[in-house]
Amino acid sequence: MWRDALLVAGKDLRIEARSRVALWQVLPFALLVLVLSAFALGPGPSTLRAAAPGLFWLAVLFSTVLATQRSFAIEAGEGTRDGLRLSGIDPAGVFLGKAAAVAVQLFVLQVVLWAGITVLFGVRLHVVWLAVVASLLATAGLAAAGVIYGALSAGLRVRETILPLLVLPILAPVLLAGSEAWSAALSGHVSTGVSWLRILAPFAVVYVVVGIVLYGPLQEAA
Amino acid sequence: MLPAVHLRSAVALAGRFPALSGVDLTVAAGEVVVVLGPNGAGKTSLLRTCAGLLTVTSGQAEVLGEDLRQDPTNVRLRVGLLGHAAPLYDELTAAENVRFAVRAARLPVTRVDAALERLGMVGRLRRTPVGRLSAGQRRRVALAALVARAPDLWLLDEPHAGLDAATRRLLADLVEEAARSGAAVLFSSHEPDLAVPLADRSVTMSGGRVAGECRGGRRPALSAVPPSSRAADVA
Repeated sequence: MWRDALLVAGKDLRIEARSRVALWQVLPFALLVLVLSAFALGPGPSTLRAAAPGLFWLAVLFSTVLATQRSFAIEAGEGTRDGLRLSGIDPAGVFLGKAAAVAVQLFVLQVVLWAGITVLFGVRLHVVWLAVVASLLATAGLAAAGVIYGALSAGLRVRETILPLLVLPILAPVLLAGSEAWSAALSGHVSTGVSWLRILAPFAVVYVVVGIVLYGPLQEAA
Repeated sequence: MLPAVHLRSAVALAGRFPALSGVDLTVAAGEVVVVLGPNGAGKTSLLRTCAGLLTVTSGQAEVLGEDLRQDPTNVRLRVGLLGHAAPLYDELTAAENVRFAVRAARLPVTRVDAALERLGMVGRLRRTPVGRLSAGQRRRVALAALVARAPDLWLLDEPHAGLDAATRRLLADLVEEAARSGAAVLFSSHEPDLAVPLADRSVTMSGGRVAGECRGGRRPALSAVPPSSRAADVA
């Protein structure tokens, strides 16, 4: 399973590196969400600083939908979809590989967005490890849940429009817990932040396990 | 020896719709069978059923000794399907596509170069992303992946489509080599003049059933090689 996951993740990341969809579409989109949200909130520095964690995670959430859609667009053709089913790759390996590739892209995106909110909103992280752990856990959960719902909608003609409707409500706990953990990391309240990690960790574990178990039937149904 | 394909009154569904409605067909190891018939006759569905991609709901369906009504996973590992759309990733090069197929099947990557050379995908062509290749060249890359995987059952859906004369001759050689090495080959075609001479038998489908059967033009003596020597021969 792990070997298959590495194979699929390597393939997806190589395709992404060549097509540069994440670089030229997902990243600018996330930065636009940040900037436009800042315009909507007004120029007050205190308002922007208070809203920064929420806006950061909102941008990451929307980008998750785009990255997931892109991950399944790679396999959208009849040939590649059948090819993957006939390849001999364990479906759990396909799930983990796709989730890992999405997670890598999301994590890189978060690094850029982190720089973005530092410059645009003038915020500074006081507890860096807390923000990093929150990001890692949230990214695992976002990628796993995104790939599960991506597979669920992959066979539908309306997959581009149905995916956000399906996945955004499911990801709401990550938005909430991620924002609160980052608020705590910005203000230096470690114990508050750690309590929010206790939501992010089970979310990630549950969706990774569900994906490993259910990806095979989802792939067949698509 | 078990037949490579053994279908008796096999009914298969594509989604909720019947794709095969009681097919009777047996294909022996080392045999080449061409499936003819008009559009919508069930040729593609027959190949997809044999690949374990469609659900068999009734009748008997065994491929390579595995019951398709149980778990088709083992069958999928041992068949090679070349459908209308080649299973290729546009952004990856020809070599990367074949290497992915070989590594997915847990086969040695040393097969990749030999397979690409066999199909004439050498030099600049092997390093070109397949999205920039012509339809015929893409077909050759997909065939190279099949050659590298050396499946026990070759399923080719209209393999002559989009190929130039030289590649058609190469395809005929590949089919013959696969059959000589003990693999079964089942392929569909709209071009009987090209396809029937390659096959031991031709079957005609109509309405999701096998409606008739004729002898093909292939010389049967060429298929008498045991399957054990097949992998080394093809690789």
